[in-house]
Amino acid sequence: MNTSNPVVKVEQKLFQNRYLVDGGRPHIVVKPHTTPSKNLLAMTTACPMGCYTKNDSGQVEISVDGCVECGTCRIVCAATGEIEWNYPRGGFGVAYKFG
Amino acid sequence: MSEEHFDAIVVGAGPAGSAAAYTMAKAGLSVLQLERGEYPGAKNVQGAILYAEPVEKLIPDFREDAPLERHIIEQRLWMLDDTSYVGMHHRSEDFNEERPNRYTIIRTQFDKWFARRVREAGALLLCETTVTDLVRDQSGRVIGVRTDREGDPVYADVVVLGEGVNGLLGQRAGLRKELKPDSVALAVKEMHFLPQEVVDSRFNLKGTEGVVVEAMGTVTAGMVGTGFIYTNKESLSIGIGCLVSDFVASGDTPAALLERFKNHPAIRPLLAGSECKEYSGHLIPEGGYKAVPELFGDGWLVVGDAGHFVNGVHREGSNLAMTTGRIAGETIADLKHKGLTLSQKNLAEYKKRLDATFVMKDLKKYKDLPSFMHNNRHMFDVYPRLLNQASKTWFRVDGVDKLTKEREIVDSFRKSRSITGLLGDAFKMMRVWR
Repeated sequence: MNTSNPVVKVEQKLFQNRYLVDGGRPHIVVKPHTTPSKNLLAMTTACPMGCYTKNDSGQVEISVDGCVECGTCRIVCAATGEIEWNYPRGGFGVAYKFG
Repeated sequence: MSEEHFDAIVVGAGPAGSAAAYTMAKAGLSVLQLERGEYPGAKNVQGAILYAEPVEKLIPDFREDAPLERHIIEQRLWMLDDTSYVGMHHRSEDFNEERPNRYTIIRTQFDKWFARRVREAGALLLCETTVTDLVRDQSGRVIGVRTDREGDPVYADVVVLGEGVNGLLGQRAGLRKELKPDSVALAVKEMHFLPQEVVDSRFNLKGTEGVVVEAMGTVTAGMVGTGFIYTNKESLSIGIGCLVSDFVASGDTPAALLERFKNHPAIRPLLAGSECKEYSGHLIPEGGYKAVPELFGDGWLVVGDAGHFVNGVHREGSNLAMTTGRIAGETIADLKHKGLTLSQKNLAEYKKRLDATFVMKDLKKYKDLPSFMHNNRHMFDVYPRLLNQASKTWFRVDGVDKLTKEREIVDSFRKSRSITGLLGDAFKMMRVWR
C-alpha cells in the first residue's frame, strides 16, 4: 500500500453531484447489530461515496444521501444479510449530469 | 396504467434496453420502456468510448445528430510504476476517416439522445418508474411487470430485462444468481473540464481528434484493475476500477485510489488547472463468459450488463449491450411476425443468434482470463515495476557497458519471478489468450 496517500474528502466531491433525496425513505438500511461482520465493516472503506461509518460503540451506520446506487455494498453484504438494499423510488436518488 | 397490454416491455433505458426498444418499435411492435431515473442516463456511468458499428446498424445516420465528443485517432496503453510508465501508443491519420470507428462520448447525453430516437421510432418511454416485480401466470411464464407507480400491473407478451449490472429485478425473480464480489469491478470516475484548445494542445490534437489512455500497474496498489483518461471536447474523463473483492481485502478506498492516480507524475500535468464537475461510481461485470447467466425463459430475455455482456480485456461493454439489445429485439419481432409465442423454446433463437456474433465468440475466447487475473495479480504489480526498471536501466547512459546492463535486467526479472515463474506466466498467458 502506498504510504503517500493524498487526503481525500469524499463529502466535498459529492457536492458536485446532483441528487434528488427521498427524505425519510432511505433505500438502503443497515439491520440492527452488535458486531458488524468483516464484510459490513469493509464497507467503511469500500463504499466509493463514503456513506458507511463506524460509530463509537462499534456498529456500522449508513447515510444514504451521497449514495450513487452502485450496489457494491449489496454484493459485499449479500452473504451476511446485514443490509436491505432497494432502488430509490422512481426519479429519486442520483441524477448524473455526465455519467 | 390500467389493463394495458403491450407487445413488449423493456426494463431500462441504457444502450441495451434502448437498442431493443428501438428495434422492436421500428418493426411495428407496441413497446413500453420503463426507466427508474429522472431521465435516461441519470443512473448510468461509462468511460466512455462509443463504437460506431453497433449504433450504425440501428441508426445509420447517427453521426448527424448524436452527441459525439471526439473521434479517436490515438490509443495509449501504459504500464505504470510509482514514477514512470512504459507505453505502447498507436496513432494513425487513417482514423481521420469519413465515418470514424470510435468516439468518446458523455454517456448521459448519449443516453438522452438514444432515448429520443427510440421515442421517435414509436416506443412509449416512461421515466421515474422503478419496476418492482415481474408478473407471472400460473405456469410461471412472465406476462408483465409491477412498478412503484400507482395502478395495476402492465402486461406484455415479453419482458426484455435491460436493467444493468445491478439487476435487482431478475435476481429477486430467481432468473439469475447474485453477482460475486470477485466477478464485478467497482469503478470511480471524475469529469474534469478544460478549454478545448488546452485539451488539443496537451494531447497534440486538432479538430475533433481524440486520444484514449488505458493504464495498469502500481496505480491499482496490487489490486486487479485499470485506470483510464479519455479526451472529450472540453473535458477529460478520468477513472480507475478494481475488483470489488480486492477493495474489500485491501481496505483501500476507491476515492483515494483515484486521487493517487490523478497525482501520478504522468497524469497530473494532463489535468492541471481543470475543474471537476462530477464524481461518479458504478459497477462493471468482469466475470466474463463463465458468469453469463440464463439469457431467456418463458416470456423474458436479458440484454446488456444484466446479462454480464462485457469484454473486460478490450474494455468493451456498450457495444455488446447494443448488439444484444438489437438481436433480442429482432428475435422477438421475427417470432411475433411469424405468429409464434414468446415461449422459452422459441426464445432460444436469441441465444442461437448471439452465439453467431462477436459477442459470444469474444466472451468465449477469454473465458479463462478472469480467473487467470485473479490468481496472477503480479501481472498488475510486479511486471509493470520490472518493465519500468528495465527501461530506466536500458536508456540511462552512465558508463556501464551494455552487456552488464542486459545482465542486470535479466537478473531483475529472474529475482522477482524465477525462470520457471517467467515461463509459467508466458505459457499461462498464451493459453488464456488463445
